[in-house]
Amino acid sequence: MEKRYINKEGLAKWFGSILNSGKRVYAPVRHGEKVDFHQVHSLEDVAEDYIQTTLSAKSVIFPRAEVLFSYKKDNKEVTLEDFNPDSVPETVIWKIRPCDAAGFIPLSDIFNGGYDDVVYAAHLNKTTLVSFSCAKADDFCFCTSVNGSPGATKGSDIQLTILPDGGAIVEIITDKGMALIKSAEDCFEPAKDEDKAKYLADVPVYFDLNTVHDKLKEAFSSDIWKQQSERCLGCGACAFVCPTCACFSIEENSKGSHGQRIRCWDSCGFSMFTQHTSGHNPRSTQSQRWRQRILHKFSYMPERINDFGCTGCGRCSRACPVDMNIREHLTSIVK
Amino acid sequence: MDNNESEFEPKIVAFVCNWCTYAGADLTGTSRIKYATNVKIVRFPCTGRIDFMLLLKAFANGADGIIVSGCHPNDCHYTSGNFHARRRWIAFRHLLEIIGVDVRRIRFSWVSAAEGAKWGDLVNETVANIRELGPYTEYTKVAQYVEKEDNNE
Amino acid sequence: MNKLEEKAVSLLQSGVKLILGYEKGDKGARPFFCHTPEDASKLIYDEHATTNLATYILKPELMGHDKVAVCATLRTLRAIAQLASENQIKEENLIVFTITEEGNGDVKEFSGIDEINSYLTDKELEVAQLYKELDEKLSGMSREEKWSFWVNEFSRCIKCYACRAACPLCYCTRCITDVNRPQWIDPWPSPMGNMEWQINRVMHMVGRCIGCGACTKACPVGIPIGYLSRKMLNDLSEEFGYIPGQAMKDGNSLSTFKPEDKENFIH
Repeated sequence: MEKRYINKEGLAKWFGSILNSGKRVYAPVRHGEKVDFHQVHSLEDVAEDYIQTTLSAKSVIFPRAEVLFSYKKDNKEVTLEDFNPDSVPETVIWKIRPCDAAGFIPLSDIFNGGYDDVVYAAHLNKTTLVSFSCAKADDFCFCTSVNGSPGATKGSDIQLTILPDGGAIVEIITDKGMALIKSAEDCFEPAKDEDKAKYLADVPVYFDLNTVHDKLKEAFSSDIWKQQSERCLGCGACAFVCPTCACFSIEENSKGSHGQRIRCWDSCGFSMFTQHTSGHNPRSTQSQRWRQRILHKFSYMPERINDFGCTGCGRCSRACPVDMNIREHLTSIVK
Repeated sequence: MDNNESEFEPKIVAFVCNWCTYAGADLTGTSRIKYATNVKIVRFPCTGRIDFMLLLKAFANGADGIIVSGCHPNDCHYTSGNFHARRRWIAFRHLLEIIGVDVRRIRFSWVSAAEGAKWGDLVNETVANIRELGPYTEYTKVAQYVEKEDNNE
Repeated sequence: MNKLEEKAVSLLQSGVKLILGYEKGDKGARPFFCHTPEDASKLIYDEHATTNLATYILKPELMGHDKVAVCATLRTLRAIAQLASENQIKEENLIVFTITEEGNGDVKEFSGIDEINSYLTDKELEVAQLYKELDEKLSGMSREEKWSFWVNEFSRCIKCYACRAACPLCYCTRCITDVNRPQWIDPWPSPMGNMEWQINRVMHMVGRCIGCGACTKACPVGIPIGYLSRKMLNDLSEEFGYIPGQAMKDGNSLSTFKPEDKENFIH
């Protein structure tokens, strides 16, 4: 892995050059008390002093709603317009957290496992992830319990660790990352002898991930699901803020003689998610749906794609209206 | 009327009840009263059946103005459908005002089966008002987004 | 043993199978399902107890057919009163108690819905600070500005339906958003679909909303959705003849009417 150093002015210059190159840049933007990823047009738009965005950056690559194709009927003539991968602009996600960047690995395994999902892949291939290591964490963060860390580089193309002087240690992880550096080579200086570890937040390890995985093998019929899920309201907040949740629904936006087919987010926590046309619902209670959420992330995904469906970002716990804390629930499974 | 204005022909959707306003509109025709052709009438059993969502859908699909009309109070074919409707419109119209929907584009009226002339006047007035307000692109623009890209409208 | 715990233990020993209350959580008090006297010591009650527990009362999968007691805040009491006026409460299966406002932790058990209603008569429903600020902001806006304000707010909605799930009065077994023949409201988060969804929520809450703010608090992206229902509640109280925060006496606003209802826009 190549390393560089960039000073404060260089950082601003580099950011400016990325914007000027015509790439779309998404970065955390403050809106009242909430910080979330939005398209930005200057460095001033980028939020400072926050722990985590409410939503993950998932929507940049896997949008909340995406048109898969459009159709139009003109007398007897039917025209189809397919999704055009070239329509996706080159994109940079700036200041993404390491846990968020890591989320794209399981997400890509789901969409691009076996064969590439054309739509997802088009976004992924055009996107460069510039992560910032975490100097601060809160009680909801538990990345170190799920194979991550505040300075993990897995999933990122470039990682910056901000130094007290306003400059940053630059770690270049992928070719895509290198290309973004090369586009403004003069902003960077050779790497200094700095240990990034001392600038990272301290996130305690709460539970052993392999123990969770082992315990879950026998837990399908356990009473624990009912106990844990009693207060769950059955909304989709946890799934929609999650960087790895991939459930989607395919919907018709039909307007008579024309329309679109749309892929949009869905959640296994909704009672309608598994409802059959007959009226039968194989996951008819919230406890079954909560079990599905945990087992999918910590049992089924490791078996199928060899990766856990959780990066410890803590967003679900922060967003939950009734304080369903996933870290606490996982810890209690281990016990 | 100058050329510019004549280019815009308002699209008006009228939601009317079967027993009074629809019959009234029929009378307008049989009385050979001429009125603007911009209106498309949708007939309902009763104003009580006119869901507020229908009005929103009309706007979303390109209506520039809406007429809602039924039997005068105390004349409802089903006794109280229009009373229920009236309450609903009081609440709905107030909500639209809070949100900033242009309520000038929705005309509520009572037109009985005997008021053929009133129906003709109602349509003509509404068309003239909407012609002045122009097309309701503010609404259709929002309805056309699948997902709104922020900061680049 | 404090008075709340004493009460809980005595209820559980006298045949109550479950006490709905609050326990300490990461963000203050959170809902707690107390099944055994041993768990009663976990029960707490403080100003952070904001989740409206009435939301759970209508979930048969959680309540079963047993006798259940609710440790109710003022918000929860209001919701229970409104639900009772809509014939949604089985009084024989529900015990409601609250902690009195005097501050010495005294427990007050209600003899029934009537007593809850009379308890609520002198409790004025306050307007949250957030809503007051919003009121001021919106009052200075033109119609066009209001429209773009709300379009932008609703554009952020992710359609997680936390607002619906947290609301004690959203209890339809089939929600209008789940109706798909025809599909009334876009199931994906689109600016117009989001707005139509919120308009539906407000319209279905006219005169029923008890102003507890659970929807606003539940919204993960921070849209002040409860403002709309709350404002409607105040603005229409005189016209429709109800007192905000108290159950309707003669039917809900939109399922009833008066021949002398006044408006100034139908002509």
